[in-house]
Amino acid sequence: MTSAQPIAGTAPLLSVSDLEAWYGESHVLHGMAFDVAPGEVVTLLGRNGAGKTTTLKAIMGIIQKRTGSVRFEGRELIGAPSRAIAKAGIALCPEERAIFSSLSVEENLMLPPRVKPGGMPVEAIFEMFPNLKERLASQGTKLSGGEQQMLAIGRILRTGAKMLLLDEPTEGLAPVIVQQIGRTIARLKQEGFTIVLVEQNFHFAASVADRHYVVEQGKVIDMIPNAELNDNIEKLHAYLGV
Amino acid sequence: MFEIFGIPAAALFGQLLLGLINGSFYALLSLGLAVIFGLLNIINFTHGAQYMMGAFVAWMLLTYLGVDYWWALILVPVIVGATGIVVERLMISRLYHLDHLYGLLLTFGLALIIQGLFRNQYGVSGLPYSIPDALQGGTNLGFMFLPNYRAWVVVASVVVCFGTWFLIEKTRLGAYLRAATENPKMVGAFGINVPRLITLTYGFGVGLAALAGVLAAPIYSVNPNMGADLIIVVFAVVVIGGMGSIMGAILTGFGLGIVEGLTRVFYAEASAVVIFVIMALVLLIKPAGLFGRVA
Repeated sequence: MTSAQPIAGTAPLLSVSDLEAWYGESHVLHGMAFDVAPGEVVTLLGRNGAGKTTTLKAIMGIIQKRTGSVRFEGRELIGAPSRAIAKAGIALCPEERAIFSSLSVEENLMLPPRVKPGGMPVEAIFEMFPNLKERLASQGTKLSGGEQQMLAIGRILRTGAKMLLLDEPTEGLAPVIVQQIGRTIARLKQEGFTIVLVEQNFHFAASVADRHYVVEQGKVIDMIPNAELNDNIEKLHAYLGV
Repeated sequence: MFEIFGIPAAALFGQLLLGLINGSFYALLSLGLAVIFGLLNIINFTHGAQYMMGAFVAWMLLTYLGVDYWWALILVPVIVGATGIVVERLMISRLYHLDHLYGLLLTFGLALIIQGLFRNQYGVSGLPYSIPDALQGGTNLGFMFLPNYRAWVVVASVVVCFGTWFLIEKTRLGAYLRAATENPKMVGAFGINVPRLITLTYGFGVGLAALAGVLAAPIYSVNPNMGADLIIVVFAVVVIGGMGSIMGAILTGFGLGIVEGLTRVFYAEASAVVIFVIMALVLLIKPAGLFGRVA
């Protein structure tokens, strides 16, 4: 399939089709395809090694060996270097968080340059993540895991990018922090951000997303709207092997 | 004249000053190497030749165009830095996906070629470059005679070193640089042009070497081998300070210059090897260098 289940009435903001990607000789994505409408939160669900993280890295251009199509606001980005993709208005919060140890919290927060007007003011980021404001002078990697995650999300909200790729933002975090991240994603959705979320925590995914794409062996094998989740729960469990 | 530890004070302070002067050059050169190594991950063996080019371009500007020392201080780092940018774009940038050894071989080969070309054109006897009028003469401090130009070299080196430290550790541009040193892919994914940052960093490091060359021109004779002689010691300084550490390069540069000067006073025979002995000891005890971070 080239393009999965278009959403009636809206042109997709992000449209991925026939996406193939390689790590060296290893072929990881095999015709990945999905659409995201403006303002939507969609998840990529799947087992470990299914290609979810690779999909986000291929969209962002961090994996250079890739073919197919990634269209954002109608513009083809498949051949672009990752800095051009960032400037088009897509931002990645990677699984490993990538907080810089030689930078303070403040420097980490202010590092990504503005790519579009209308980024979130720093004050609003502090309001969402008060911990960060108290630790601005600390070394970035001295923060707790949860705080590092807040920093990794916070710094891409400043830039004006409206399309966020969040890779397992709840991984390894305490339940109270997971709830805070969940509230953050709900608020970001309200403010008009469009989000692709890679998630292992299925209950968390169900609590924040509009639709779920099931990924297996480097391609999308099913799409389940969140509203129909309960009717499809057994099918989903079979896909995910839970 | 009073004595300290049985050494005439004038001799002691004279050697201390000489050590501080040498330290000024060690610091400027090892700083450039550290900046380049941090981001490009190559050991720039052309650094000594680029320092020599700095002195020669200053001499050429004066001899052929009548451009004086003060203008040379500004123009030479820009001119030689620009040649560095060309070298990075045309050659070094093609090696980033290969083993570090290739960068070392390339820059070492380039150093030999550049030195050969200058030797061919200007011989090895050395060309004179006189001290600018404003810095002629010296000041009698009571316990020693301080030549003005040498005092100026120390002050200029300290200012440039700490200016560079400030730029890298305290500014937004420096934050880009530090972040790109750690994780260039992620910095690129924020929309920052990392290849351009790398090119400019190399040009900046080369410019620092060239500035050291201009400062050196009136002290040492301008000759094609001046860089090759000095750079071996500077590499030892970088190893002692720890590869890629900015403050480490500066403090180790000045510190080892002084240690070398003191050794000349107390046991002159060891002064040529003391830095290498310290290097061996540091490598045994702290292999990452005094200020280096273990990767």
